[in-house]
Amino acid sequence: MLAYIIRRVLQSVLVLLVVGLVAFSMFRFVGDPIDNMLGQERTQADIERLRDVLGLDDPFPVQYWKFMSQAAEGNFGISYRQGRPVSDILLERAPATLELAAVSGLFAITFGIGFGVLTAIRRGGLLSSTVMTLSLVGVSLPTFLIGILLIYLFSVELGWLPSFGRGDTVMIGGWSTGFLTTSGLKALILPSITLGLYQMTLIMRLVRSEMLEVLRQDYIRFARARGLRERSVNFRHALKNTLVPVITVTGLQLGSIIAFAIITETVFQWPGVGLLFINAIQFVDIPVMAAYLMLISVMFVGINLIVDLLYVAIDPRLRSDSSKRGH
Amino acid sequence: MSDLPQSTPAPRRPSALRRAWDSDLAWSFRHAPLAVISLCLVLLLVLSAVFAPLIAPHDPFNPASLNLMNGFTPPMEPNAFTGDEFWLGTDDQGRDVFSTILFGLRISLFVGFAAVMFAMTLGITLGLLAGYLGGWVDTVIMRIADVQLTFPAILVAMLIFGIAKGITPVEYRDQMAIWVLIFAIGLSDWVQFARVVRGATMVEKSKEYVQAARLIGRSGPAIMMRHILPNVLSPVLVIATISLALAIIAEATLSFLGIGAPPTQPSLGTLIRIGQGYLFSGEWWILLFPSVILLALALGVNLLGDWLRDALNPRLK
Amino acid sequence: MSESMQPTLSIRKLVVEIPTRHGILRPVDQVSYDIQPGEILGVVGESGAGKSMAGNAVIGLLSPPAHIAGGEVWLNGNRIDNLSRSQMRRKRGREVGMVFQDPLTSLNPLLPIGDQLSETIIEHLNVGKSEARRRAIAALEEVGIPAAAERVDSYPHEFSGGMRQRVVIALALCAEPTLVIADEPTTALDVSVQAQIIALLRRLCRERGTAVMLVTHDMGVIAEAADRVAVMYAGRLAEIGPVREVLTAPRHPYTAGLMASTPLASQGKRRLNQIPGSMPRLGALPEGCAFHPRCPRAAARCAAGDSPHIDSCDGRAACWFPIDASAKESA
Repeated sequence: MLAYIIRRVLQSVLVLLVVGLVAFSMFRFVGDPIDNMLGQERTQADIERLRDVLGLDDPFPVQYWKFMSQAAEGNFGISYRQGRPVSDILLERAPATLELAAVSGLFAITFGIGFGVLTAIRRGGLLSSTVMTLSLVGVSLPTFLIGILLIYLFSVELGWLPSFGRGDTVMIGGWSTGFLTTSGLKALILPSITLGLYQMTLIMRLVRSEMLEVLRQDYIRFARARGLRERSVNFRHALKNTLVPVITVTGLQLGSIIAFAIITETVFQWPGVGLLFINAIQFVDIPVMAAYLMLISVMFVGINLIVDLLYVAIDPRLRSDSSKRGH
Repeated sequence: MSDLPQSTPAPRRPSALRRAWDSDLAWSFRHAPLAVISLCLVLLLVLSAVFAPLIAPHDPFNPASLNLMNGFTPPMEPNAFTGDEFWLGTDDQGRDVFSTILFGLRISLFVGFAAVMFAMTLGITLGLLAGYLGGWVDTVIMRIADVQLTFPAILVAMLIFGIAKGITPVEYRDQMAIWVLIFAIGLSDWVQFARVVRGATMVEKSKEYVQAARLIGRSGPAIMMRHILPNVLSPVLVIATISLALAIIAEATLSFLGIGAPPTQPSLGTLIRIGQGYLFSGEWWILLFPSVILLALALGVNLLGDWLRDALNPRLK
Repeated sequence: MSESMQPTLSIRKLVVEIPTRHGILRPVDQVSYDIQPGEILGVVGESGAGKSMAGNAVIGLLSPPAHIAGGEVWLNGNRIDNLSRSQMRRKRGREVGMVFQDPLTSLNPLLPIGDQLSETIIEHLNVGKSEARRRAIAALEEVGIPAAAERVDSYPHEFSGGMRQRVVIALALCAEPTLVIADEPTTALDVSVQAQIIALLRRLCRERGTAVMLVTHDMGVIAEAADRVAVMYAGRLAEIGPVREVLTAPRHPYTAGLMASTPLASQGKRRLNQIPGSMPRLGALPEGCAFHPRCPRAAARCAAGDSPHIDSCDGRAACWFPIDASAKESA
């Protein structure tokens, strides 16, 4: 059990080191950092000084080590485009993305599991066929089209909800939140649905197929043969077994919500890190790209780790003999 | 035993076409109206894209044929100044929306197909290598796959696109954009192909004919290619179909975000990006028609993939 | 068995149908038999003969599209094949229990076995939680789980296969049903454990007067455990009767063939014979008696018309030309 956790943590660290290598290589080899950081009117002395500050003449492993240890302290260098420390820009933008992701994740999980269970239990019913067909449309609809559609309906035609931005925000100890104002909450609705809808359909289809698989199992037939109520068979026996694999994928989905926020933030001009990343790609602002990559990797790896530990907590088979689990 | 009732004399061997028609796959196809409709829809879209230069009433990329006075002509109405009529209206620069959609569809489909081909080739090659060689080659390839799978494909594609853009000299960026797009989307999507092929290869490798072929000095991989590829044909086909839908959506998304196909070579995503700007000013047709076509394409391919997966997976029948 | 006694289970001309792309299949066709209280009826046949399907039909767990298409099922004097879903649910576990083949997959891996027992007891016996737990421990003791009070909170994976099958039996019997359907209860177990499980099942049913439908393909299990035996072939009942008579002096040629191909200790070291050919698929049954293409006694009558039914023959074997024990000796 402990060995298993240690192995997972080591694996996570390895992933982070690899991602760090990619980020560092981007920073070091894509374009010339000197060109990007100094303007046209530069002197040879400026160049020398900057090379020295950045340590560009050090051997590769030393540079990599410096880059990683600075990144660990939250220092990702200066944005080429804005000329400010990347970490400052990220910190400013993070609350917007995190609040959006949290609300969408909640939306996706609640409705995804609910609809998934419903369509599995009432297989072949009118409601579940309708939901399944709609979900296929949902998977095929690119996120940005959903966003545009919602804007058209609720902002242009009905005028109920804002089409862009976060509304009014309140600062609480360096964290700007939109949860505390009416306009902030209203502004959250459309982007959250846009962002959560795709994840919701994925979770729903996964829950449905896992649940159908579980409902075919002998222990479900046995539970029925013992005369247990349908509700007990479906929820106490089937749902719990369904959730074991679902948790893994759902966890990963939550990670990708933060990545997919890029699209939603662009459609709604939501001032988060995703919009920042897109602008960084458009203007080849490498330090911002590298920092975003590192940040999102830490999140993903962290989520993966938590999901794995949760897995162990739910499944008693893994608690006693974790060695049997091939990974 | 010998007098078991034989109802009819052995029938003549039917033609290949007849057998294909009678196969289980064809049977389930004919009995899935949704699959038939989506195949027709996808075929229609592919054909219109292929023959776009013949079908399109205007050449949207020939500045000489454009008249700025025709800008913002609504669909099916004569233009207030020139009296020209456009079936689906025109955009801000007076380009015929119907024609730009046809050419946009061409680019979207080209990028989608090319990216899937690239991902498939790369995935099958790496899968064969990993499965056949095993050892550290296998470990390295599958670890990379694991790390890549940790991140959503679209994010990987964005990142690759960003890096490739950084490497490309500024003056070539627009020209290269389509190829960079194919490379980025393809590279973000090879893992599933590799996993399936690797699994099949590892099963096949231990079989006697491969061992025997190696003993007599024949090339193991060449023989395995011949035996493994038919085995993995159906999962690869399913993955490829679903990947095509994902690649088309990924391309549209990147182009919509402004980091994909450039305005000089607009894909459906680029057209939607342009159209979004007119959402509030009432020129709905610039946005609506490309969106509908993109949705039809993605939905059609997805439905086909969904049906194919169910039809080829006997367990779910 | 005396006629005055009411049978626990009574099946009358039961028909189960499965509509498929290639036509309607009948995995159970016109099958009738009774099981008396405390009696163990062995139902034997090759796989696909419809023996499990009959059990599933009785307990109301046919998986769609299979369904009861004709006949009647009576349990303790009440007709149950036409009950509503919720009425049937209340009978399951309470009046008719079931033991499945594979103890490894019959138990929910995520719930302690005590919880699975308690929920069944609470559902049917109208007792509180602590009383249910006390009865759960008692049920485990009764099936021979050592240190039941400590192991009641263990998860299924912490038990061996044989122990798990004991837990499964405890679960099937914990609400004191009058009938237990045991579907290949020993097939998935080690040979050494099989006899223990059969003995356990036998003892519990004798003590409580529970009727048992013991579905198996294993003639050895039948010989050891059953009072009467029903032999099924291609969905139909081929022969039924007291176990000693059927095994030692079979009347149906199929039973005879089955016995000749089974190594039984009582038969000594005789060479085993096998029945030529294999059981036809349900979609391709021959006309007349389903067994006639493989039957050494087949005559013209067997290949035409309806298949022989037990009731229209001698009441024991569904055969136009049953083997006569006395004639056999002279042959």
